[in-house]
Amino acid sequence: MSGVTTEMTMVAALNAALRRAMDEDPKVVLLGEDIGTLGGVFRVTDGLAKDFGDSRVVGTPLAEAGIVGTAVGLAMRGYRPVVEIQFDGFVYPAFDQIVTQVAKHHYRSGGRTTLPIVIRIPYGGGIGAVEHHSESPEAYFVHTPGLRTLTPADADEAYHLLRAAIACDDPVVFFEPKRRYWDRGEVDTARAVDPWTSRVVREGGDITLVAYGPMVRTCREAADALADQGVQAEVIDLRSLSPLDLDPVIASVQRTGRCVVVHEAVEIAGLGAEIAAQVQQQCFFHLEAPVTRVAGAYLPYPPSRFEKHYLPSIDRVIATVNQVMSL
Amino acid sequence: MTQGSHMRDSLGGFLPGDEPIRLLAPDGTATDHPLVPQPVDPIDDADLLRAMYRDMVLARRVDTEATALQRTGELGLWSSCLGQEAAQIGSAHAMRATDFAFPTYRESAVAWARGVDPVGLLGLYRGTTHGGWDPVEHGFGLFTIVLGSQVLHAVGYAMGIQRDGSDDAVIAYYGDGAGSEGDVHEAMVFATVEAAPVVFFCQNNGWAISEPIERQTRVPFAQRAAGYGMPAVRIDGNDVLASLAVTRWALERVRTGSGPVFIEAITYRMGAHTTSDDPTRYRPAGELEHWAGLDPIDRMERYLRSTGAADDAWFAELEAQADALGERIRAHVRGAQDPDPIEMFDHVYAEPHADVQRDRTRWESMISGGAA
Ligand SMILES: Cc1ncc(C[n+]2csc(CCOP(=O)(O)OP(=O)(O)O)c2C)c(N)n1
Ligand SMILES: [Mg+2]
Repeated sequence: MSGVTTEMTMVAALNAALRRAMDEDPKVVLLGEDIGTLGGVFRVTDGLAKDFGDSRVVGTPLAEAGIVGTAVGLAMRGYRPVVEIQFDGFVYPAFDQIVTQVAKHHYRSGGRTTLPIVIRIPYGGGIGAVEHHSESPEAYFVHTPGLRTLTPADADEAYHLLRAAIACDDPVVFFEPKRRYWDRGEVDTARAVDPWTSRVVREGGDITLVAYGPMVRTCREAADALADQGVQAEVIDLRSLSPLDLDPVIASVQRTGRCVVVHEAVEIAGLGAEIAAQVQQQCFFHLEAPVTRVAGAYLPYPPSRFEKHYLPSIDRVIATVNQVMSL
Repeated sequence: MTQGSHMRDSLGGFLPGDEPIRLLAPDGTATDHPLVPQPVDPIDDADLLRAMYRDMVLARRVDTEATALQRTGELGLWSSCLGQEAAQIGSAHAMRATDFAFPTYRESAVAWARGVDPVGLLGLYRGTTHGGWDPVEHGFGLFTIVLGSQVLHAVGYAMGIQRDGSDDAVIAYYGDGAGSEGDVHEAMVFATVEAAPVVFFCQNNGWAISEPIERQTRVPFAQRAAGYGMPAVRIDGNDVLASLAVTRWALERVRTGSGPVFIEAITYRMGAHTTSDDPTRYRPAGELEHWAGLDPIDRMERYLRSTGAADDAWFAELEAQADALGERIRAHVRGAQDPDPIEMFDHVYAEPHADVQRDRTRWESMISGGAA
C-alpha cells in the first residue's frame, strides 16, 4: 500500500511520527529536557506541547536517570513514554536505569510486565560540536539483552521506524543520526515497513557494504563514485541493530564474496565485529577477501577540528573497497 | 580575617528563604546588611576593588570577542557568561592561589581570574582541544559539559585536602538546572557526611536552556541545603561585593572543618544559552530589560567613581587594556592552525597502549595517503 508522499526533513518526519502516535493513543507521553516550549534543541517535538499540553509533553528537570526511571513507572502504569535524551553523551547518567531496569524488567517479572518505552538519542558526529555531542554509543545497548535498537537512515525511515518503536511492547533505544536531521526526503506515511529487518538500498554484484544510521548515505555516495570506476557495490542498511537481521547481508556476500562494514563508532568491539563474525561463519567458502571494517579509531571522540580525519569518509570507504577488491 | 569570623557565627542561623544578601545596590551605593559587613574598605582596599572591576570588564571582553568569533565561524560554539561576571569574579577573588575550583562550561570569568589564557580556553570552542589549560597550575579544573559531574569531583578533591591535613578549600560551580542531576545530590551527601572543605556555588541564572527554574524546584535552591545539614546563603549574584564577602566567609568556614556551605547566587543569563540557542522562543518579554538594569559591571563602576577609588584616567586605561586583549584574542584565534591530525591519538592513555598504537599507525598511512 502506498499513499501520498511528502518531502520533509528527518526532523519533520520524526515530529510527524510523534504527532500521529499521540493522536492515536492518549497513553503516549513524551519526556525530556527542553522538549516543551522550545520543541527540543533539534525541534523534533516542535509544536507538540502547544497541541497536546504539558501533561503529555513534559519538559523534565535536568536528570537523565530521572527521565528514564520515571518512564519505567509510567510504563508500569500503562503509559507509553517516549523520552528524549538531548545528546548521545548525556545518556550515561541514565545508563544504570536502562541497563539494569528497563532491559530486564519483562524478564524479571516472568513476562507479566511490559515496558513499552522508547529512548530517543540523537547520535553521531560530523556537526562540528563540542565534546560529548558526537558519540556513537550504540554497541553498549546492543550488547544488552532486553533492549531493541533501531536507527533510521533517512526521513521516510525515521517516520516508520519511530512509529514501530512506539508501537512495540519492548523497550526500544532509538538512535537518530543527527547529522542527517536536516536531509530532506520523500515520506510515504502509508508504506508498510518491517522495521526489524535490514534492507538493500542499492544493488550491486561486486562487493557488499553494510551500514546503518548516518553511514548509509556515506556508503551510497561512495557506491555511486565506485560505480564510475566500474565497481558495483551493494549497500545494505541494517536499520535494526537489535534484533540484527543479517540474512540479506549473508545472501549478498554469498554473491559478492566481499564485505566491508562501516560505522562511526570505535572499531574495537563495535557492531562491525559481530557482523564480521557472523558473515565469516555463514559465508566462509564464498569469501574472496577478509571482512573489513571502516570505523572510528581507538580514542575518545576527538575535538571537532580532527573529526574529518576521525570519521569514516566517502574517501575512506572507497579506499577500503579498492583495497578489498584487489585481494 | 576578623570580619569573616564575625560572620561565621551570625550566618550559621541565616534563613535561606530570605532576601538575597546585597552589599552593593544597582545604583552603585554600598548597602549595609545586618549580618554581613562590607568585605572591603573603599579607600584601604581600593586596589582589590579595582582588580575585581578590571577582571569583570576583561572577562566580559573575552566573552563578547568569543561571541563575535563564533558569528564569523572562527569558533564552533560559545557559551556566554554575560551578566554573571560578579558572581564569578567575586567568588574567584575569595579564593587562595592554592584553593581549587571545579567549573561547568560557563565559568569563563572564573577561568580568567584563575589566570587561564582565554586563547587556550577558546580552543575548546574552536574544536582544537578538549582541555586548554593545566588544572593543577591554575587550581581550576577542566570545563565540564556533562551536568553535575564536576560537583562530585570537587567533593572528592576536598576529601583529599582534608586527608592531607591542609586548610585549602574547594569551590564547586554549577547551574540551577544541573542541580537536578543525581550527581549533585550525591555530592552533597558525601560532602556533609565527610565534612569536606567544599563550597557549593550555584549560579541561579533563571534558565536551563529553555527551562525556567520552576521546572527544577518549588522552593529556593538554598532551602535544599538544610536537608543535607549545611548552612546556605542566598546572595545577589550581580553584586561582586556580596559574592566576595559571602564566599570568603564560606571558604573560611569550610577550612575549619565545619563541613560544606551552600551559596545560591541569584543572577541572570543575559545571552542565549549558547550561540546555537534562540532564547526568543521562550524568554518572556521584559525580562532581559529588567536584568539589564541590574548589570554587575555598571553598578561597580558607579561605586568606584562615587567613592573615588578610580578616576576617568583609570577607566580609559582599562578600556585600552580591554581593546588590546580583544585584539590579541582575535589575532591568535584567527591565525590558529589546525593541529596535526595525528595528534588526536596523543594522551589517550598515560602508558603505552597497543590498540591505540596500532590505530595510530593505520591512520598515519591513511592520512598520508589522503584517505582520512
Ligand atoms: C547530563 C547532561 N544532560 C544534558 C546536557 C545538555 N545541557 C547542556 S547545558 C544544559 C542546561 C544547563 O542549565 P544550568 O545548569 O542552569 O546551567 P546554565 O547553562 O544556565 O549555566 C543542558 C540541558 C548536558 N550538558 N549534560
Ligand atoms: Mg541556569
